[in-house]
Amino acid sequence: MADRPFERWLYPTDDGLYCAPGDFHIDPYRPVARAVITHGHSDHARAGHNSVLATAETIAVMQTRLGLTCAGNLQKAPLGQEIRIGDVGVALHPAGHILGSAQVKLTHRGQTAVVSGDYKRRLDPTCTPFEVIPCDLFVTEATFGLPVFRHEPDAGEIAKLLASQRAFPERTHVVGVYGLGKCQRLIALLRSAGYDRTIWLHGALTSICDLYAALGVGLGALAHASVAQQSLAGEIVMCPPAALRDRWSRRLAEPVTCFASGWMRVRGRARQRGVELPLIISDHADWPELIQTIKDTGAQEVWVTHGREEALVHQLGLMGLNGRALALVGREDEAE
Amino acid sequence: MRHFAALLDRLGYTPGRTAKLRLMTAYFRATPDPDRGWALAALTDGLPFSFPVRRTLAALMDKRLDAELLRLSRDYVGDTAETVALVWPEPAEVQAAPRLADVVAELALIDKGDLGARIEGWLDRLDATGRWALLKLLTGALRVGVSGRLAKTAVADLAHGNADQVEEIWHGLSPPYLSLFAWLEGRAEKPDISGAPVFRPLMLAHPLEDKDFEALDIEAIAAEWKWDGIRVQLAAGRGEARLYSRSGDDIGPSFPDVLGAVRFDGVLDGELLIKRGDDIAPFNDLQQRLNRKAVTGRMLAQYPAHIRLYDALMIGDEDLRGLAFTQRRRRLEEWFVANRPHAMDLSAVLTFTSKADLAAVWRTTRGIGIEGLMLKRRDSPYLPGRPKGHWWKWKRAALTVDCVLMYAQRGSGKRSSYYSDFTFGAWRETSDGSRTLVPVGKAYSGYTDAELVDLDRWIRTHTVSRFGPVRSVVAELVLEVAFDAIQRSPRHKSGVAMRFPRIHRIRWDKPAADAARLAEIEQLIDQS
Repeated sequence: MADRPFERWLYPTDDGLYCAPGDFHIDPYRPVARAVITHGHSDHARAGHNSVLATAETIAVMQTRLGLTCAGNLQKAPLGQEIRIGDVGVALHPAGHILGSAQVKLTHRGQTAVVSGDYKRRLDPTCTPFEVIPCDLFVTEATFGLPVFRHEPDAGEIAKLLASQRAFPERTHVVGVYGLGKCQRLIALLRSAGYDRTIWLHGALTSICDLYAALGVGLGALAHASVAQQSLAGEIVMCPPAALRDRWSRRLAEPVTCFASGWMRVRGRARQRGVELPLIISDHADWPELIQTIKDTGAQEVWVTHGREEALVHQLGLMGLNGRALALVGREDEAE
Repeated sequence: MRHFAALLDRLGYTPGRTAKLRLMTAYFRATPDPDRGWALAALTDGLPFSFPVRRTLAALMDKRLDAELLRLSRDYVGDTAETVALVWPEPAEVQAAPRLADVVAELALIDKGDLGARIEGWLDRLDATGRWALLKLLTGALRVGVSGRLAKTAVADLAHGNADQVEEIWHGLSPPYLSLFAWLEGRAEKPDISGAPVFRPLMLAHPLEDKDFEALDIEAIAAEWKWDGIRVQLAAGRGEARLYSRSGDDIGPSFPDVLGAVRFDGVLDGELLIKRGDDIAPFNDLQQRLNRKAVTGRMLAQYPAHIRLYDALMIGDEDLRGLAFTQRRRRLEEWFVANRPHAMDLSAVLTFTSKADLAAVWRTTRGIGIEGLMLKRRDSPYLPGRPKGHWWKWKRAALTVDCVLMYAQRGSGKRSSYYSDFTFGAWRETSDGSRTLVPVGKAYSGYTDAELVDLDRWIRTHTVSRFGPVRSVVAELVLEVAFDAIQRSPRHKSGVAMRFPRIHRIRWDKPAADAARLAEIEQLIDQS
């Protein structure tokens, strides 16, 4: 075990990544006694744990999505402050993924491990930027762990959407977005680009937008698309990806189907979804950001969680680092 | 190059025809000469070069990305050119993108040995979309869902004109089409192409509806057989001969036997067929000859091409298009007798005495293996496009059969939220008396918008299972399917393939058990 110094106290189990000296799981996918939750996306934050430690925003998100009583005990952890749990120091640091998202820094007997959760490095007006935490072991996501994934600058993608709206003023631009994070970020990016008209929302998107506004993330004028009687010609409408190709979108004026996701970088993926205007906007680190972040942490050992771990592990070898795939089951690479 | 790349990128994702036209017209309006002319060439007849870049790209990537990472990327993306475009390192400093016209000019003269270095230099100056477009351009296959005709329509839109006006002079012009743009923008006269063997837009027919037949003045009508080949135009002048498809594509290179027979100047309209002795071969034989770059002597002997002439647009340099059909036809006959061109004959003009007599002739078509009749007003001039009230095609009556809906798939574009593509089956009976449904065809037309809504609702409430965009449904709904013909096909599970199937009626009333048996459908197979 001497050459595997971290596995004695941090290792994957059937319930998810487990920290033994603190007796808690990180983002477990089954109800457990004690859970540390990195952020509110449903493949990370599930209901039914006895006790949960997370940022105040993540707890608010969980209560909005899963109900006020989604866990026995909900403990808010202020960013950057270490809490002792058993024989482990636990501190949450911003991950820049969505509002409230955090990395988990674990300190145990002189060793430091950081579990990234999902993260990105570029600026996002809706959440606190990623913070580099030097560590010995870095557990990184790898959703976009292939060199083909390089997200274009946000401003250019937003410009594409606005240019298309000008070119097709008689059609509705309907943008498929993940409801938590991507939706609000896209709205904020549109606002930064000077777009101040009402943005119309599918009913499934309104509660989280309200929550963001309540937590101080201003999103400008929003309205419920489902109660609007008109066809919303010339407007920008947002909806969950599944609604793009469903009956919901029928009454819109000749919709231009847009989809905002890092997967849109690859033509086949955009075609598969029947997208007319792909927007490469992602809340995950792209390939250069993954590599830069790993370098920045100074970690000598890197575990790669969900995503395309094969290429990233290979790359770690080329960098002279000890990289391993942490085969966590039950993660969906489509969650974006 | 940047704007051209953005155009190709957007076109590739845009399903609608109108939207594609808008995007292209906006590009042609905003882009200067000669770049837009080369873009037009790329979108229509293609650029005059193509390079096999696979090996060149492999060598370039060798210096830039670990082989294993490249392999994993390629496996994921599924296309080498796109993968290279995506993984190519971003340049340290942003440089001006190369102009499309400069790229084309350099490629036209390039020494094969310099290709790698030149591609490298361009890739370093482009963004991901630009790199993808450049590599598509090099390989000569754009595949963005734009036909040459659509691109010409977009150019014509610059002058609010139509594609026929562009088509009329197209083959007398060459890239980068400076004189075409100058004319369309009102800066110059229409380019002079007199005497050149250019394409003249064809006159097309409308399908004959019942009300058309009732309104028909039988005295004023001439009738011909509707032959099952492809409609062509043979144009000869200035010592050159060309063979055009009905959309204006030059298909001459595949038919040297026909072009070799041309010893005249003129423009003739006819049907391209494969003819052995007096027999017209099935359409499938003609397909063996279409789209072939290299034609072997064996192909020529096995599938001899032939043109059955319908009409004459020009004889010598005399334009006959303003004359009535009967006058043009007389001129064509006189010319034919005088010239006796090889590999051509005249399509017969049919005689009939009354409407009932004409209908009787029409009813014989299926039996003698002919697609139907063409009806032409005797006094019609030769008009481009599909003018109303002049020519009609009267296809032989469709066959119909009652099938059971098995699978439904979402459509695309406007129909993407509807289950609009239907796979239907017939009953196969086994020796032990049990019955199973076998798919016999697929149709995505023939129903009204209101029927589509009803079908969509029925499918959503009768789904058995889903595979991606496809749903399988309970075997309960009977569709009356109309089709032109049915053939044996070893590639299909049922062993049969329908030609032009469409939904004729939805039989909400009919029990699925009473739908057709496969054995009944097999009896409809065309024996010819």
